[in-house]
Amino acid sequence: MTLTFTVSPDFNTKYLPGWFVVNTLLQRQLGEGIHLETFDDFDALHAAMRADQIDLIYANPFDAARLVRDHGFIAVARPHQRPDEAIIAARADGAIHAVEDLRPGARIASTDNPDVHMMSMIMIEPADLDATNVAIQLRPNYVLVAKSVLTGEADVGFFLAETFDELSATVRNQLRVLVRSQIYVISHAFLIHPRIGDRFEALQRVLLGMVNDPKGRAALDDVGIQAWDPMDQEEVEFMIDLMVALTA
Amino acid sequence: MRDMTLDDLHGDVGVEHTLTYADGFRRRIYAVEREVPFPEGRLIVSRTDPAGIITHANESFVAMSGFSLDELIGEQHYILRHPAMPAVAFKGLWDTINQGQKWHGYVKNLRKDGAYYWVHASVVPNIRNGRIVGFTSVRRKPSRSKVAECTELYKTLM
Repeated sequence: MTLTFTVSPDFNTKYLPGWFVVNTLLQRQLGEGIHLETFDDFDALHAAMRADQIDLIYANPFDAARLVRDHGFIAVARPHQRPDEAIIAARADGAIHAVEDLRPGARIASTDNPDVHMMSMIMIEPADLDATNVAIQLRPNYVLVAKSVLTGEADVGFFLAETFDELSATVRNQLRVLVRSQIYVISHAFLIHPRIGDRFEALQRVLLGMVNDPKGRAALDDVGIQAWDPMDQEEVEFMIDLMVALTA
Repeated sequence: MRDMTLDDLHGDVGVEHTLTYADGFRRRIYAVEREVPFPEGRLIVSRTDPAGIITHANESFVAMSGFSLDELIGEQHYILRHPAMPAVAFKGLWDTINQGQKWHGYVKNLRKDGAYYWVHASVVPNIRNGRIVGFTSVRRKPSRSKVAECTELYKTLM
């Protein structure tokens, strides 16, 4: 049986070849066929989740929550010191200096990344803003979020902090960071379907061992991860409780 | 949990109160009219056991409360209760979360040094195998209009 592995579609596209390298390494070390299936957007991924087509996934926190709570997925590992954080930014030469400068009707450029959207929506609450009194403009990626802010189509943009930091210096210098989340405990997670639960130990051993092997380290570099930390079920449950609390 | 002393206030002037908590425990505290702003971009996170005893507190919780982590772990979460908070608000919180539901509201918290900070708090029950094994509380920066609204509302509920 060939297993299906996928990666949350919010990864930086420069890491795509790296995920194929990781997949090859997993196949070799686990001794079984694994097909890497990538999805262009969250809608496509969620359709595959509903159709029960995924065996292994490097999931973003929102999908991890759904897969663990609703489908019984098992947490295996999380990336070392790589939490998901969000940034809200405005034009550097504009009148918006703080979140509290935003007013009802504010135009916000965002992506379909549910974690960044959730964290950013929390950070606009101090301005008495919520989904009912802002205008969200969905953009396919963070470069286009930045463009919307710079051209004045949007007052602010919601960014994944890691991706914001990788924007060109020219673009970043034209943007003003209003707030950067420092939540630390919300991160992506490597999960497996309960039907392959018997592979948990072998997979965790392979993932955690990658950092000790030159080929493994190179593969980690290629996907922007320093190392894998073990993640037990209670850790993922804690992260989910936290996200449930935030969506209250 | 010990009574507060004037030494805790580090020179600030505080108003003495005796708080009686839901379990009957009484404690003397001093409230100082000084607000500490909520740190930008942060979340204050803690977990308790089903009886409200703190089992986990993140760095922001420690920093904002003014207590050390050692002083917090093992204490009742009501160590943060400010005298301006009506008991009925906490009754509503406990009734809700003990039914397995989420609760959220605006809370004025007391620091170790008698100062205060406002939060928008959410509390969820930690349900494992169908059983409540504890609670997770997450606090974020509140809007000033909500704080103003709740300040007036809570006065009417005392």
